[in-house]
Amino acid sequence: MNLVVFFVVAVVAVASALALVLRRNPIHGALFLVVNLGCVAVLYLLLSAEFLALAQVIIYAGAIMVLFVFAIMVLIPGKEETGPDPLRPQRLLALPLGAVLLLEIALILKSSVFQAAQPVAPPPALPAGAGGIETVGRLLLRDYLFPFEVTSVLLLAALVGVLALAKRKAG
Amino acid sequence: MMRDVLAAFVLLNVVVLIVTYLTYVERKFAARMQSRIGPYRVGRPHGWLQPIADAIKLLIKEDIVPALADRPVYNLAPIVFLLPSLLIFATIPFAPGLGLADLNIGILFFLAVSSLEIVGLFMGGWGSNNKYALLSAMRAVNQIISYEVPFVVTALIPVLLAGSLKLSTIVQAQEGLWFVAYPVIGQLAFVAFIVATIASENRVPFDILEAESELVAGFRVEYSGMKFALIQLAEYTHMFGVSCLGALLFLGGWLGPGLPGWAWFLLKALFIFLLVTWVRWSFVRIRVDQILGLSWKVLLPATLVLLMATGFWVALGGGHVA
Amino acid sequence: MDAALIPLLPLLVVGGTALLVIVLDLLPPRDRKGHLGVVALAGVVMALLVSLGLWGREGRAFRGMVVLDNFALFLDVVICYAAALVLLLSTDYLRRNDGERGEYYILVLLSTLGMVLMAAAADLIVIFLALELMSLSLYVLAGFFRGRLAAAEASMKYFLLGAFATGFFIYGIALIYGATGSTALDRIAAATRAGTRDPLLLVGLGLLLVGFGFKISSVPFHMWVPDVYEGAPTSVTAFIATGSKAAGFAALLRVLLSTFKVSQPDWTVLLWVVAVLTMTVGNVVAIAQSNLKRMLAYSSVAHVGYMLIGVVAGGALGAGSVLFYLLVYTFTTAGAFGVILLLERGRREAVDLDDYAGLAGRHPVLALTLALFLLSLIGMPPTAGFAGKFYLFGAAVRSGYIWLAVIAVLNSAVAAYYYLRVVVYMYMRDTEGLPTGPAPSFAGRLALAIALWGIFQLGLLPAPVLDLAQAAVAPLLR
Repeated sequence: MNLVVFFVVAVVAVASALALVLRRNPIHGALFLVVNLGCVAVLYLLLSAEFLALAQVIIYAGAIMVLFVFAIMVLIPGKEETGPDPLRPQRLLALPLGAVLLLEIALILKSSVFQAAQPVAPPPALPAGAGGIETVGRLLLRDYLFPFEVTSVLLLAALVGVLALAKRKAG
Repeated sequence: MMRDVLAAFVLLNVVVLIVTYLTYVERKFAARMQSRIGPYRVGRPHGWLQPIADAIKLLIKEDIVPALADRPVYNLAPIVFLLPSLLIFATIPFAPGLGLADLNIGILFFLAVSSLEIVGLFMGGWGSNNKYALLSAMRAVNQIISYEVPFVVTALIPVLLAGSLKLSTIVQAQEGLWFVAYPVIGQLAFVAFIVATIASENRVPFDILEAESELVAGFRVEYSGMKFALIQLAEYTHMFGVSCLGALLFLGGWLGPGLPGWAWFLLKALFIFLLVTWVRWSFVRIRVDQILGLSWKVLLPATLVLLMATGFWVALGGGHVA
Repeated sequence: MDAALIPLLPLLVVGGTALLVIVLDLLPPRDRKGHLGVVALAGVVMALLVSLGLWGREGRAFRGMVVLDNFALFLDVVICYAAALVLLLSTDYLRRNDGERGEYYILVLLSTLGMVLMAAAADLIVIFLALELMSLSLYVLAGFFRGRLAAAEASMKYFLLGAFATGFFIYGIALIYGATGSTALDRIAAATRAGTRDPLLLVGLGLLLVGFGFKISSVPFHMWVPDVYEGAPTSVTAFIATGSKAAGFAALLRVLLSTFKVSQPDWTVLLWVVAVLTMTVGNVVAIAQSNLKRMLAYSSVAHVGYMLIGVVAGGALGAGSVLFYLLVYTFTTAGAFGVILLLERGRREAVDLDDYAGLAGRHPVLALTLALFLLSLIGMPPTAGFAGKFYLFGAAVRSGYIWLAVIAVLNSAVAAYYYLRVVVYMYMRDTEGLPTGPAPSFAGRLALAIALWGIFQLGLLPAPVLDLAQAAVAPLLR
């Protein structure tokens, strides 16, 4: 059952991600992003990381809306004023070069360098209820208290920065 | 599995039925406030069949799609708008044991899902390819993002007092004293909750995105027929959902003497709904900048201070933390 | 004070000052903000003194996420010097450019806080957050002069590319976490056994290096440097060139030397190539620049290449000479940008080579000062630049990287050309009727004096400071 859900959601997630990149209309792109983020939230749920899934929905619902507004105000969908791509010749190079890079990575990973490689550490086993809100809360406010607080300083910097850039001149 | 599906089906229909009649309640209530009678002709007594007649009328009306609309977005918008409103009922406990899924992060689920509503609203505003609709959608984004934060913060105050995110636990913690009756904290939080609710539901005096005098009907101006009905349904469903949340968080949910639990619960939800309706028909619309200023400069700081005060109160031994 | 908070002391001083400045900003006088600069400077100097006072102490706080060791303290000193010089140069500069607002000082302090935290962080998550704190403030500072197109371009470019690089960085953290099950540096080190070459781990490390490479502006992640250095307010340019680079090297050294010690053969090869590319590209492109800010931008890329030599050489001498060079570079570069900043006339910055023609006649003292800084950048004795390069290249030779040292020396010879060209302009061209600018303020003169003192102190008596630098890297090499 979980496996079926996983595959369905994964396919939708990949498809929407592709559509997001390939669609030219920025609004449609943003809508596909909604689908994609929703799929990722479902994947979190499958991993029983409920809090993460819901936090993702709450945060991205707001973030997406801001993105919509930006898309409308900055990009003016339907009236893109992009001329012919000045770097068009580079596109011809991009595909073969990308393919070569992929091949190289594959070869290196298959080569003797990594033949004897084992994972450095076995993946840690998750305790029961690892994704639950209590675990997350404990981690956030006990084990990772310091990063949590630094994040608030980071947000303070962002706040001051926005003021510095956007505030009208006094008087 | 089958039982769950059946339960969900029944719940959805009950909710939709209740919501349909909420429109009737609102119309009657508004009429009384204005010394009118309200719907009276369809069905006796007191025109009780009016909502059904409305639904049938909208169902058989012509479905118009503007020629220059962004068709897929336009057509999907009412569904995307309605879906979250219905989903929020999945986690609401109507009475002890009466509810689909009493998640232990129920309130988070509620907030997360209900915040998705704005996506559908925006799709409608954008897809219609109408400047009124688009303006309305942009205003909605402004307003909903602004009021989401104080809304969440006020919703957290009962969570702190009860020490749980599970809705049924929050209700149980109110045995003896509803949170609205909590000295000072409770009343202030409830008032803030109502204000934030009105704003996030885009009701008067915060209905700048509808503002019929300037934006005609806002983001739904191009919609007709069944799609219009879906949008209306979604709005009232969401309103009802938030009323239920208010009943659970502040008014003790199903707790109450005499009547069965679910009846108490519905009465309390109705009370909040009528409270909001009362405000709607009593005040005038305020300007965009006033609305945003109220959120960021008054409501948000106030609710944050309140949350902090609640935190101190709980830390000093108040509240119900097990 | 709670003993557990002592490792955080430098952080608390800087952060506390930032909060104080925010509050003071709201109080009158509203039209003048110079006093905020004084408060910010006092905080930074205090952090400097605290760091010096804590020298030799060791400690950890918050489950080992922040460490106090000589390495962090040495870099605190470098960063605080950079911040102090920038603040000294700023006040008058802002007033002249009509950009005197309290946010400037707040953001400088917050980004200093991020830098200091980067030096002390012992967990990848904390490094990431510190990096973001530093960068976010710098993005805004780069565009602080609103209404100037170049500033907007600098800010936007810095932000977009920086955010892109951050993506690489956090992806690297995720992969390393996947391979080792931890983000704490010591636990990652414990999980990586000698000889293992888990692809996941190496790819993760590679992505981390991309992120660091952007922050320290090594080739091929240097594209943003000239535009940002040119467009940003000159005081901010000086800060980006000195402080953020020092912080980037701090985290880079800690991660590479203490955590990924077992992968040293792998990253050494990579950094060898990057070092050669960085100095060569930086120096060769710098020759073609006629804008002094752009020239110094490319020269700063080249200097990163020199410093990477020390990382490749490794060991107490190699890493120690990187720290030593960071200090040297901070004094020299802050000084050079300081002279440019003080020479500006009205709203136009004196950035073209022609603006410097005959400077010796108009501003003999400033011209001499700039010449000294440029000589230090070349690496002429008896300036500090010589000592710094001598130690770096010596470390490379000692570790057997003869070719690397040869390439570096050749590069230095190339670099001499474009630095000396400025000196030639200043001393051997006629004054073409260019007006003399305003006399530099007291704070500006003080900043230049400190920088000059720095390059001669470190140039004439380098050994004691080098000893300190080597002692500073000792905790990483244990």
